[in-house]
Amino acid sequence: MNLGSATYVRRHLTDRVVRSLCVLGTIVALVPLFSVLWYVLVRGIGGINLDFFTELPKPVGESGGGMGNAVLGTLKLVGLAGLFGIPPGVLAGIYLAEFGHSKFARAVRFAADVMSGVPSITVGLFVYSLVVVTTKHFSALAGGFALAILMLPMVTRTTEELLKLVPESLREAALGLGVPKWRATLRIMLRTALPGIAVGIMLSVARVAGETAPLLFTAFNNRFWSTGVNEPTASLSVNIYTNAVSPYEDWHRQAWAAALVLLMTVLVLNVSARFLVRTRVRAR
Amino acid sequence: MTVRSDVSLVRPRSKLQLMLGREANFGDLAFRRITALFAGSVIVLLLWMAWEMGLASRLSLAHFGLGFITSTDWDPVRDQYGGLPFVYGTVVSSLVALVIAVPISLGIAIYLSELAHPKLRGPMGFLVELLAAVPSVVYGLWGIFALAPWLRESVEPLLAKTLGFLPLFQGPQHGFGMLAGGIILAIMITPTVSSVSREVLRAVPAALREGAIGLGATRWEVVRVAVLPYAKSGLVGAIILGLGRALGETMAITMVIGNRSEIAASLFAPSYTMASVIANEFTEATGQLYLAALAEVGLLLFGVTVALNVFARLLVWRVGKMPEGGQL
Repeated sequence: MNLGSATYVRRHLTDRVVRSLCVLGTIVALVPLFSVLWYVLVRGIGGINLDFFTELPKPVGESGGGMGNAVLGTLKLVGLAGLFGIPPGVLAGIYLAEFGHSKFARAVRFAADVMSGVPSITVGLFVYSLVVVTTKHFSALAGGFALAILMLPMVTRTTEELLKLVPESLREAALGLGVPKWRATLRIMLRTALPGIAVGIMLSVARVAGETAPLLFTAFNNRFWSTGVNEPTASLSVNIYTNAVSPYEDWHRQAWAAALVLLMTVLVLNVSARFLVRTRVRAR
Repeated sequence: MTVRSDVSLVRPRSKLQLMLGREANFGDLAFRRITALFAGSVIVLLLWMAWEMGLASRLSLAHFGLGFITSTDWDPVRDQYGGLPFVYGTVVSSLVALVIAVPISLGIAIYLSELAHPKLRGPMGFLVELLAAVPSVVYGLWGIFALAPWLRESVEPLLAKTLGFLPLFQGPQHGFGMLAGGIILAIMITPTVSSVSREVLRAVPAALREGAIGLGATRWEVVRVAVLPYAKSGLVGAIILGLGRALGETMAITMVIGNRSEIAASLFAPSYTMASVIANEFTEATGQLYLAALAEVGLLLFGVTVALNVFARLLVWRVGKMPEGGQL
């Protein structure tokens, strides 16, 4: 090979150029991430104090106040979503991992993948006409149900993937001792995969905690504390939206503070999920 | 000859077991049936959503028929509803997003799966995926107070000056509009497109790369002649999945696109998307026909995204299943 030939130089030049473009693309993609983090941190930090977590929003014109009702509301909604979404998701995931070769199982897997691409606002519409129209009022229950629908495919697929990672020899050992198949699955396979599944569920919680669109006409909003699960309920995400599009300076400040709380929660969940997975892999 | 070992060798089965089917153990059977029930609920839920939305929009479907998608007249006061401006806004903003996001995402996928130092791959991939973790409404907030002002003051004047001869870059510069919407969608779909593309590239057999390296190819040539042709359909699938996300994205784009139901050639002009009109008007909609029309917009959105997802998943699955060295 003639290392000095024009072709050689051209080929290696192209190689260099394309490789730099790929690096550049990656850097460009990360600029918005850091910009968002910077803005939320700088503008939100001023609004974070004890009042933010304990007080109700003040009426327009009065400064101060907090979003205690929205913090509580988000916790309530995510809790309900977990209650409705996690058990069916885990059971469906077990089915896919254990009996996953039938046509039916393939259809379920496919439906779960397709469902994770369904726009969250249409899930809101669905729950509206199913729950809100029937009960004639907005409620935390409806909001939690909408979020649970979004969680379901994520939990299902994570459970399936993690159960499949458990070595088959564990099951064989259990079956060899005369344990029925279902107990082997629950007591041996599921228990072994549980930490990983918990991390996956954590990620899906992080994902739905920031969802806004499905809550707009299910949980709606509330300027006051809501008791129980049968009332319209405030959430951080919906409040960020309503405050951001309002014309009031004070409300904008509150929106940034809420965004900081929400973003930090989501980031902490994501980073710790990653950390947990890494240490588990290393320990193996 | 087939031998049902569980029947012939183990103790004889009770009448109940025989009645219930082929499982040897009642617990196993119950376990299988119960988990199957929940697995089936995923399919049921998907079909139920389609059914329920069809039901909610039947008034509008009957009243406007196919004219709904071709009419630009959206006037709640006169009870006239045409969805074309929203379809237009959704399609164009998603296309703008794809134009920006696809080259960048493919660059990321190629960098992370083929070029980057193995120690860098994990952390960089994680950072890109964090882009997907930021809630949509936070992007929207950032869009209102950071992106839109920046577009208004720096980017749009520059585009108007250099490319202003194109109708795309003419007219008043608000910051809020199609361009802002497209950019924010691009940011949000980049992690989807790049991570699915990465998975697809990872499914390409190593032997193909080794063959190309053995022939003296540079690293880019390995990607171009060995990796990309094999991964092509999967990459198309990744892009379509990104498109599906862009079409259905709601909060961030609602906050920056300007929300005006007009069809304008300029990317600077405000627009409206299908998801945003539902988000903005649904809770305030009065009258059965108004609600039904909004539900029909939702049904349309649902139908299109489901169809795109089915198509894209099939493409992505195919790459994983291809025989080594096949399809070249």
